[in-house]
Amino acid sequence: MTSTARTLTIILFVVLVLVTLAIVVWAGRRTRNATDFYAGGRSFTGFQNGMAIGGDYMSAASFLGIAGIIALSGYDGFLYSIGFLVAWLVALLLVAELMRNSGRYTMADVLAFRMRQAPVRTAAATSTVVVSIFYLLAQMVGAGSLVALLLGIKEGQTFAGMSPNTAKIVTIILIGILMIVYVVIGGMKGTTYVQIVKAFMLMLGAILMAVLVGVAYKYNLSSLLGDAAKKSGKGAAFLEPGQRYAKEFAGNGTRTLVSKLDLISLGAALVLGTAGLPHILIRFYTVPNARVARRSVVWAIGIIGGFYLLTLALGFGAAAMVGSAAIAKQDPGGNTAAPQLAEALGRRYFGGATGGAILLAVIAAVAFATILAVVAGLTLASSSSVAHDLYAHVVRKGQTSERDEVSVARYAAFGIGAVAIVLAVFARGLNVAFLVAVAFAIAASANLPAILFSLFWKRFNTRGALWGIYGGLFSAVLVVLLSPICWGGSSSALAPAKLTATQAADCGVPVASTAVNNPTALFSCTTAAPIPFSNPGLISIPIGFILAAVGALTSKETDEQKFAELEVRSLTGAGAH
Amino acid sequence: MEAEQWPEFGHLRRAMRRFVFPTTVAFLLWYGLYVVLSAYARNFMGTKVVGNINVALIFGLLQFLTTFLIAWAYVRYADRRLDPLAAELRERLEGGERQ
Repeated sequence: MTSTARTLTIILFVVLVLVTLAIVVWAGRRTRNATDFYAGGRSFTGFQNGMAIGGDYMSAASFLGIAGIIALSGYDGFLYSIGFLVAWLVALLLVAELMRNSGRYTMADVLAFRMRQAPVRTAAATSTVVVSIFYLLAQMVGAGSLVALLLGIKEGQTFAGMSPNTAKIVTIILIGILMIVYVVIGGMKGTTYVQIVKAFMLMLGAILMAVLVGVAYKYNLSSLLGDAAKKSGKGAAFLEPGQRYAKEFAGNGTRTLVSKLDLISLGAALVLGTAGLPHILIRFYTVPNARVARRSVVWAIGIIGGFYLLTLALGFGAAAMVGSAAIAKQDPGGNTAAPQLAEALGRRYFGGATGGAILLAVIAAVAFATILAVVAGLTLASSSSVAHDLYAHVVRKGQTSERDEVSVARYAAFGIGAVAIVLAVFARGLNVAFLVAVAFAIAASANLPAILFSLFWKRFNTRGALWGIYGGLFSAVLVVLLSPICWGGSSSALAPAKLTATQAADCGVPVASTAVNNPTALFSCTTAAPIPFSNPGLISIPIGFILAAVGALTSKETDEQKFAELEVRSLTGAGAH
Repeated sequence: MEAEQWPEFGHLRRAMRRFVFPTTVAFLLWYGLYVVLSAYARNFMGTKVVGNINVALIFGLLQFLTTFLIAWAYVRYADRRLDPLAAELRERLEGGERQ
């Protein structure tokens, strides 16, 4: 990155921070009661909430990550975006409206409606905080590396007296402080406006780049794909599934089977996880009624779907115009594909190096806004649950004032933000991109069974909810702890990796060693993982559903009267807040 | 609330489930088919249709199309069939509470 681009990027970052802070302070003055703080006064329109859902949902993993996977591995990035999109139908058809009608502020409002309040709310708050912290860690650690990359601070260089390592720590702390400030001052209103601004920026940035890629290839998709395949060096295989997921290993049936089941496991978690993500669920409370909630989800589907179609052009565009080798050289994970494409496009269409620097800075600012909006949504979801579920209903048993509850929520935002900052600083050197997929898997295994059974199954009860939530949560985490993410040894089910000199030294093996499958494993890179799957969904989602059902059936507790009330409320909206 | 006994509520619940349950099963199977084919039917997915555009890409774009279509169809159905029933019941219930 040239110094012009770096200066411009920093100026845009500062402008962005100032603008969002102004919005948040303005929104904060309009936040008077608990409904304002938790649910933005329930006054957003369908389009506004649809944009905010898009802003809440499309993380840096969507923008930079998917474009990067497509640029490096071709078609397989598309598998990710399709899972992320189709998932919205679960939310639209089964969850959004019923939830809006029967809850007030948190996911647990619906789960605890006809059950024993204290245990169910404790379980729901636990899974809300765990999912949100995992997701937050992925975003914050990612942001640390990303800002260093976007500013072009390389190993051995310094920037304003900071080494790349210091720059990462500073970035994580700054982002952590910003998200706390957004939530504490602006509550749901402030967070929502930040998300709307981000969604606008993200869509405009993606449309601009996609149009320029289109101009370069005369809007001929086939020639773009052909060029991308040629530059990737992989030929037609680049345009087919199988470069990254569900790989074929000739002569090794077990390994091939494991890789294929892993893809199916990922697909299941993506499509079933969305409707169980707490920071997404609370967005349905920000509109006046179920009809508007429905409209906002449809807007979100349009915005998210449109964006993922654009990432196809960005990813293949980056492969064709920048080249996979040049991208992998900057970042082996591919996260810089979109910014590098921006620079190439700017150079070509906006007058040389300066144009390249400007477009690069703009896209870097979009990526920064993307991260800020997502981390604010996550912090809000977990602090709402701590205040409304744990404090107001478990500790105070419903005997508390609104004012009290909201100030606890603000303190909780501080606490959760501080924990996330500390964890992210410690985890900054790890490859944490997998945490987003883990968060989706937990949401699908722990939250979705409890939500669906609560809304649709008369016989469901407290024990079912507890077994489902804790069972899904623990099984998902346990599978990850026993997976190749934590244990990197190779085995008959896991292929050996080609090691770089640094990786071999880190693992304490010779470079030619075939004992290592995952050199970035958290615990050991030579011990083989007991469970060969990296995605827990295929195991933990059935466990969550089965335990929820078995728990419900083995407990005598049923409250038909309460279920009838929940059904009438959720379908008609009578008595909705 | 004895509203769950009212015939109108039965209509609303049936009308909702009649659309939502079969559609959910259908799109999950359709998506599942796409993922399974991506994992197991490499040759089929790699078949070129026009220029460099292959079956895998068209299949993926069809997933987008069906998602948009289902969302549109549901809004149409809910606006026309579910909302009037729900509004009528809500008025009756909330009117009843006030008396």
